[in-house]
Amino acid sequence: MGALIRALAARLVQAALVALLVGVACFAIVELLPGDQAYRVASARYGEDMASGKAAEAVRAELGLDRPWPIRLAAWLGGIATFDLGVSLVSGENVAVELGHQFGATLGLSLLALALSAAVGIPLGIAMALRGGALDAGGLVVAAALRATPAYLIGLGLMLLIAVQWGLLPAAGYDNAAAWPLPAATLALGLAAMSMRVTRDAAARVLARADTHFARTKGLPESAVLRRHVLRNAGVPVVAYLGVQLVWLVEGVVVVESLFSWPGIGHALIHAVIARDVPMLQGTALTMGLLFVALNAAVDLLCLAIDPRGRRA
Amino acid sequence: MTKRRTVILAAIAAVAISGTAMTPAMAQDADRVLRVVAPWEIGGLDPASSGHIFARLQVAETLVGADDGGLPVPSIAQAWTASSDGLVWRFEMRPGATFHDGSPLNAAAVAASLDRARTSAAGMLVNAPITAIAAQGGAVTITLSRPFTALPALLMHSSAIVLAPSAYDANGKVVRMIGSGPYRATLVEPPLRVELERFAGWWGPAPAIARASYLSVPRGETRSAMAEGGQADLVYIVPPEAVARLQRNARLDTRVQPIPRTRVLKLNAAAPYFDDVRVRQAVSLGIDREGIAEAILRSPAVRATQIFVPSLAEWHVPDLPPLDHAPARAKELLAAAGWRPGADGILAKDGKRFAVTLRTFSDRPEQPAMATAIQAQLREIGIDVSVAIMKNGEIPAGHHDGTLQMALFARNFSIVPDPIGTLLQDFGPQGGDWGAMNWSNAELIAALTALSGPIDAAGRAKARGDVARILQRELPIVPLAWFDYAVAINRRVDGASIDPFELSYRLSAMRWAR
Repeated sequence: MGALIRALAARLVQAALVALLVGVACFAIVELLPGDQAYRVASARYGEDMASGKAAEAVRAELGLDRPWPIRLAAWLGGIATFDLGVSLVSGENVAVELGHQFGATLGLSLLALALSAAVGIPLGIAMALRGGALDAGGLVVAAALRATPAYLIGLGLMLLIAVQWGLLPAAGYDNAAAWPLPAATLALGLAAMSMRVTRDAAARVLARADTHFARTKGLPESAVLRRHVLRNAGVPVVAYLGVQLVWLVEGVVVVESLFSWPGIGHALIHAVIARDVPMLQGTALTMGLLFVALNAAVDLLCLAIDPRGRRA
Repeated sequence: MTKRRTVILAAIAAVAISGTAMTPAMAQDADRVLRVVAPWEIGGLDPASSGHIFARLQVAETLVGADDGGLPVPSIAQAWTASSDGLVWRFEMRPGATFHDGSPLNAAAVAASLDRARTSAAGMLVNAPITAIAAQGGAVTITLSRPFTALPALLMHSSAIVLAPSAYDANGKVVRMIGSGPYRATLVEPPLRVELERFAGWWGPAPAIARASYLSVPRGETRSAMAEGGQADLVYIVPPEAVARLQRNARLDTRVQPIPRTRVLKLNAAAPYFDDVRVRQAVSLGIDREGIAEAILRSPAVRATQIFVPSLAEWHVPDLPPLDHAPARAKELLAAAGWRPGADGILAKDGKRFAVTLRTFSDRPEQPAMATAIQAQLREIGIDVSVAIMKNGEIPAGHHDGTLQMALFARNFSIVPDPIGTLLQDFGPQGGDWGAMNWSNAELIAALTALSGPIDAAGRAKARGDVARILQRELPIVPLAWFDYAVAINRRVDGASIDPFELSYRLSAMRWAR
């Protein structure tokens, strides 16, 4: 129990630090970037045809962008201390409300992608470790190729093949369940490539160990060896690696959401960057940072569940 | 979307991926949804920022509409008259018409909505000399401080859509999209999605299509995939590289229509580079518009021969000598203006190299490619151009702080259907954010002023011709290419037409073909 609390407490402190760091960093980046924020916000709000000096000056006055930066940063920090993320400079909507919508879309997509990648990558990895040979070599090539291909290209390829060529699934949109598989598969393919390799290596290591030999020698059927010895032992690095994969996932979400018109956090993040919409940028980056910490905490807990040694320590 | 729903959808999707194919929608017409896909995102409900989406979807209407020639036609107002001095305009309302919430679409509500639109700095009405908007009997009266013939055109702009009193909160902010058009919004989910349903109480003929949806898809590749995959019935702005492929698709009717938008090069006409008209002419002569239109825009016909597209029939001057590609002549003009080639082949004058920065932005994906083509072409005549890909706000910003040297963008000369509104903004005495910079011309200003007041037909024709001729000679901005608006229409839909002014998608006139 102590280990559990320690693990969660460490993640909680980490979360608070992430929040502070991300918020201040976002603010600093926008301050340091060249270009006039009022013009950016005006062009995001009113479009290129109507983004004029007059509109920019009206935006500057409305949002108080001419106040000195310490005052604006202090206002945001004051807000975050009371869990108020402010309002978007572009749409005027409450950032927390917008994030609420976007978070659901991103979380759903990410979880589906993780589940798909586990469903594909882990069995394939184990099969490669067991069979070796051509399957293993072929898997390495495919995994390397998938991992080396940008998510954008994978997504476009899937879209052209499955949506355009075969007409099986819609190319984009999010208004029905049929729209989920393509973006999720785009994310999942890159993830599966990695989890397949990690599973294969972990399983191969366990298979080569003396205790596995002993299990076989004592006469256990191969299925029992796999179930009772190999899977559990190989499970720890595989689950731990899931945490590392989240980086790829977060990065992938930004690209995939934009390609598939998915109304998630990644999509919002890109727009916030372009429009210099600081509260929205802080909110999205914060949510992604906290999501990262939360998923890592979940990975810690899973590892503890699989590996009893950590619980005793 | 709630988290719970997300999880359920995820589960359904996981089942779907196991190989279940979508079956073609065989539902009754009443349940069929016309799917519209376009690049524009919904940035909140402020009419100045997203009004164009709700106006095009016919959720909200303007006081007057436009026909294909840009002339005003009845919309919320069934008729209008102007006083003999041109200062008081009276717009008659339709008795019995209502907003989507059932409240009366009467003069008081319309006047209040327009009065709000008038205060927005980014709106269009701020450009009209309006002193008062009031309800008088069954009519809305608009009082001006001076005669202004473009008033109906300005009232067509999407920032002047009329919304119900219940659309606003106490501070006048739009919190619900409640208009009076043939479709009412049943769901508005910024930034990407709107769902629509036929509004039975509309004053016009009932639309044939009962339900429609709008999805913003910013990526051109994705939009063309949706058209080809049959997941969208109307796809606006097909990227140039996909047009030919979609035109070969038998299920689609892919139309390309010129619209009054011109891709131009804005030049800072202050010293030391573009203050001399010969230098501006040389830049124009150095550009191979034909090559750019063919190789980058994939449409040789869009090569601009003058600033106004032929479809703006009253402004386009057919006998104006076309802008040409003549590098040798360009070099002569530059030499006459005192620019001599240096050791590196780049021109110099008084020890100053002819090195300038061209700003453009990638929201329109063809622009960076055009900028680099121009970079290569101008190098041939001795001008060293660096290309800076920025965001579009950097162009008006650079205009104001004076750092802009050259910029490439596409200017819409029909933000409202009468180009005079845009021309007054672009070529006034101070120039304009998206127009002339450090350049003005008394003759042009006189022509534009005459055109915005009362003027007879012959005088109007002459003044418009003068505008095109002066701009062609002086080149404060250099026209490069006109603009094609490519729309892919699924053949399931009948009766589709393209609004050259982008005011409406005209959904209410469409029907299901099968």
